[in-house]
Amino acid sequence: MSPANTATPNDTPHRPRLTLGPMLYLWPREQVLDFYAEMIESPVDVIYLGESICSKRRQLRPEDYWEIAERVAESGKQAVISTLALIESAGELKALERICADERFLIEANDLAALDFLDGRAFVAGHSINLYNHRTLAFLAERGLKRWVLPVELGRETATDLLAARPEGVECELFAFGRLPLAYSARCFTAYNRNLGKDDCQFCCGDYPDGLVISTQDGDEFLSLNGIQTQSASTHNILPALAEVSAMGVDLLRISPQSEHSADIVRVFADCLTGDLDPIEGTARLRDWAPSELCDGYWTGESGYKAGLPGQRAL
Amino acid sequence: MELVCPAGNLPMLKAAVDNGANAVYIGFRDDTNARHFAGLNFNDKQIREGVKYAHDRRVKVFVAINTYAQPSGWERWTAAVDRAADLGVNAIILADMGVLDYAAKRHPDVDLHLSVQGSATNASAIAFMQRYFDIKRVVVPRVLSLAQVAHLIEESTVPVEIFGFGSLCVMVEGRCLLSSYASGQSPNTFGACSPAAHVEWRDTPQGQETRLGGILIERRSHSEAAGYPTLCKGRYQVSGELRHAIEEPTSLNTLDILPDIMAAGVSAIKIEGRQRSARYVSQITKVWREAIDSCERNPKAFRPKERWHQILAQVSEGAQTTIGPYERTWH
Repeated sequence: MSPANTATPNDTPHRPRLTLGPMLYLWPREQVLDFYAEMIESPVDVIYLGESICSKRRQLRPEDYWEIAERVAESGKQAVISTLALIESAGELKALERICADERFLIEANDLAALDFLDGRAFVAGHSINLYNHRTLAFLAERGLKRWVLPVELGRETATDLLAARPEGVECELFAFGRLPLAYSARCFTAYNRNLGKDDCQFCCGDYPDGLVISTQDGDEFLSLNGIQTQSASTHNILPALAEVSAMGVDLLRISPQSEHSADIVRVFADCLTGDLDPIEGTARLRDWAPSELCDGYWTGESGYKAGLPGQRAL
Repeated sequence: MELVCPAGNLPMLKAAVDNGANAVYIGFRDDTNARHFAGLNFNDKQIREGVKYAHDRRVKVFVAINTYAQPSGWERWTAAVDRAADLGVNAIILADMGVLDYAAKRHPDVDLHLSVQGSATNASAIAFMQRYFDIKRVVVPRVLSLAQVAHLIEESTVPVEIFGFGSLCVMVEGRCLLSSYASGQSPNTFGACSPAAHVEWRDTPQGQETRLGGILIERRSHSEAAGYPTLCKGRYQVSGELRHAIEEPTSLNTLDILPDIMAAGVSAIKIEGRQRSARYVSQITKVWREAIDSCERNPKAFRPKERWHQILAQVSEGAQTTIGPYERTWH
């Protein structure tokens, strides 16, 4: 039996909850619906729903996501509606306003525009809202912040400082597993590399369910292009540091959806949290399921692509 | 329309002022600004001299404190804001909401501009920043088309400044972590993209290699010219093909669309390049001064002079220039 199960309530270590981040790719509608049906059955506690990358993707409308959110809520999990990370056009702004006008679910702000629409209401600040210090944290808490996702380039040192300074009732979420969201642009890089213009993209990002990987000239996988978003090619994984992040008081761990094995990955994290699986052993399984090598450099204060935590590389 | 020119040191500031800038922007010698390069930027004595030089000639001085403060270094950012306010500059250019909150409360009389690093790309984002920090200007990221810029200006009561010339960020500024992914340091956390200490040049039989944080970001033949080593402008393998997967080694030049920029109601045009030289600043400033004056006199008849393009081409990074995102086809 694990220490977590034998301990008295007072000694019970803080146990972060698991979240499923918004699905960042263009998958066929049926695949998305099947994916969430499966995730509702998985041991994840919170599910983020909605298109956060490209306003042209419309295989699911906000109505579809609200419907899924209802089912998520009925299953006893928390549904959070996630929003577009880069708002440029008047049309996108209008669409965002409409999503923010719905008050049934908590909403994740990913562009500053959402802070404007959600001002005074409970909201989540996604990792692309630049919350780097205690003063920004306090300022946003006054606006209604209930949870923030640590910007992915920040590591354990700043996480510790921010956790120590957090206002009452504000939760900290960590990007725990997945290809790192690194940048946003006006340009659609997937279309660009298919020699298509953004206005005539032919939804070619749909051909890359986990992004289009680009490699260096000496053959190392480097970045992954997902429409206007650039991700890391490597898959960030915080699992080997699970004891540390739990002890620090991190409230939630985000697993970013990938086209295969997301439910398996959630179960590995869940089993490690209950103490039924050793994180290093769990990481060995994650190595098989990730679409790439694992990395963790941001957490330890290194270059993001590096892997320093135990178990990230096969021996 | 105001011409805002870069100054990485006192000779550059004087070059900008002497050649017709309406404002210069500068930074302190640390990671509180987004051009945190060795040997660059100002100490207090130089700023005092620079402010006097500029103000005597009716040119404004802006100080950029436009990186993101983390708790461990927080006092460096508040001290920088206090120093800028004490030095009597015309505006402080900020990005971080925490620092903006500090500056707005501590120095309510000092004008605050929202930096391009503040990532405000739409009217609602700008309205939010105006509501809480009373920003007097917003520098918009290099992602909007000119039509979108024009719309933004209609929708917003905050004057808009855009980048007109210089090196081109392909990503939304303030939201690009590519540099720290490769090197551990980014514009947000360190004030530099692809910081020099992490760049390695190597001659190999296959060609000249540039590495950032150990990652091969470019390998070129010995006859090709090497530019500033930003990783978004390197060549990578995409589906078996070697190509500039993110952007070509090109820089921004909007001279050709200057009448449209003016017609859109842009309040100020900014020249990139605090890391360049006094010669760069004097040439660029002279050309842009002439161009703006000519365009303001008669926008309909405005044609960029061949001589201007020649001068700009000589100082551009990379062989080519682009109108960039202002033109929809770039997207």
